[in-house]
Amino acid sequence: MARRTPIVYLVALLLIGLMLGPVIYIIVGGFRTNSQITVSPAGLPDPWVTENYTEILASDAFWRQVGNSTIAAVVTTVAVVTLGVMASYVLARYRFRGRGAMYALFAAGLMFPATVAITPLYILIKNLGLVNTLPGVILPQIAFGLPTTIIILVPFLRAIPKEIEEAAMIDRCSRLGFFWRMVLPLSVPGLITTGILAFIGSWNSYLLPLFILNDQDTFTLPLGVQAFASQYSVDTARVLAFTSLSMIPALVFFSLFERRIVGGLTGAVKG
Amino acid sequence: MTVTRLRSGGGVQAPPPLRPRRRGIGWGQRLEIAALSGPAILVFVSFVIFPVLMAAYYGFYKWKGYGVPTNFVGLDNYKTILQDTAFHEALWHNAEILVLSLVLQGPVAIALALLLNRRMRGQSVIRVLIFVPYVISEVITGTAWALILQTNGAGNDILESIGLGGLTADWLADPKLAIWSLMFILTWKYVGFAVILFLAGMQNIPDELSEAAAVDGASFWQIQRHITLPLLGPTIRIWAFLSIIGSLQLFDLVYIIWGQYVASTAGTSTMATYMVVEGRNAANYGYGNAVAVVLFIISMVIALIYQRFVLRRDTEGALTGGS
Repeated sequence: MARRTPIVYLVALLLIGLMLGPVIYIIVGGFRTNSQITVSPAGLPDPWVTENYTEILASDAFWRQVGNSTIAAVVTTVAVVTLGVMASYVLARYRFRGRGAMYALFAAGLMFPATVAITPLYILIKNLGLVNTLPGVILPQIAFGLPTTIIILVPFLRAIPKEIEEAAMIDRCSRLGFFWRMVLPLSVPGLITTGILAFIGSWNSYLLPLFILNDQDTFTLPLGVQAFASQYSVDTARVLAFTSLSMIPALVFFSLFERRIVGGLTGAVKG
Repeated sequence: MTVTRLRSGGGVQAPPPLRPRRRGIGWGQRLEIAALSGPAILVFVSFVIFPVLMAAYYGFYKWKGYGVPTNFVGLDNYKTILQDTAFHEALWHNAEILVLSLVLQGPVAIALALLLNRRMRGQSVIRVLIFVPYVISEVITGTAWALILQTNGAGNDILESIGLGGLTADWLADPKLAIWSLMFILTWKYVGFAVILFLAGMQNIPDELSEAAAVDGASFWQIQRHITLPLLGPTIRIWAFLSIIGSLQLFDLVYIIWGQYVASTAGTSTMATYMVVEGRNAANYGYGNAVAVVLFIISMVIALIYQRFVLRRDTEGALTGGS
């Protein structure tokens, strides 16, 4: 097996190059001028110019979009996790008629992607007067985030030993007190995993904002990138700079929580 | 435990097993149940279930999207869908994407997972790096690849510079090539996800099995073929399910790279992009919603068949095993 190793490293290196190549191309491309790109589309910057980046960093539009995306993602995440853990607690630890139906309702939600419901959803949001507002994006995002959250959290909450609950009851802790004092602290890893999935989902979401947000002031980053790319379609270097700047928050977030993200995804399969 | 969680990826499933209980529940508990699950149910029903039902309702009308729909046409929209060649093309593209995703991404991801599932320097770094494309948004992925693959983009430039100038092409607009370009981009973006799933599955396979086989003289490939792959079955079946549903619902990347007009001429339109083009951009809401209903029914039927015949052996253990 040992003599195989150089080949393995070579393949791994090629793979990394292929996966990261486009990302590096975007970042480095932002340091070039348009004439450099026209002359040699795949070349290196010569000289390196920073105007593309500094101008975007100085623009209000970019920061407004970062702000909108952050608000939408944070509110969505907090709400999905809060509502999700409450409902999961009921599904995991209460016994009542209709519980199976309630679980099936949320589980079926996995097969109702936003695509199918998008036009009626738009009309509903319009009737609620929420078009061009962040709540108009956040509310449906919460709803569509709930199935995954609940499916991941229910087994998690069920796994909390019955003995702990009984001990808490003997100590005159109410069910709600048990939820607050024992269940929430014990389920923090599950809450973080589902929270990260909700955050990334919201940060990257495209279809829903595309329908709900038409006003540039309310754009989130994905819409901003697309608007910028079509507005400056001849100014490739600036588009590359804008795109790479909009990539940074997700990459930073990912590098911070990489273990949790990968663990969360595999946890859903691995058990 | 393994199979228990496996259910989570699988769409509609049986509820968790009920423990037998004699006593009824009191009003206090009912209040708690309502207070804790009420908000989630309210939001979910309002913004998921209700819109899906409304899609079915609007699908019976010829409707421009404003006012109350009055022009009831019954099944006319669905009869139109049966004769709509643009929709049939989109459906065909979905089918191509579905099959190609399975036969391209599956083997590639399994091969990569086998490669990475061994002790090697920098392994954790490699795992993180191949996962980066999955975290980057569809818009960034689309924008970047559109720039790289355009005729005067970096892709063709690199081919020229390494002496393969004869291979340069119009990757995005040529109808013969566009679907392959799309598959390449989809693979780039989603293969990391598959690799991570497969690696997790492989870590569940006890080392003793392959060690024993090695002692018995089995080669590396024999071990993979007869031990790793069969035991990876449940993970592969779950991945395939997610991939199938994703292929049927594909919207973002196609719409971002090809836009509403070009997708059909380049041969990359999907049911979802066609639905948006018809329903929203052509203000043909009734028809767009009928397309959505067809898309939903196709996904549902395929998902149910898949669960019935493929995932059944995985979920059986889950139902009897409990948790």
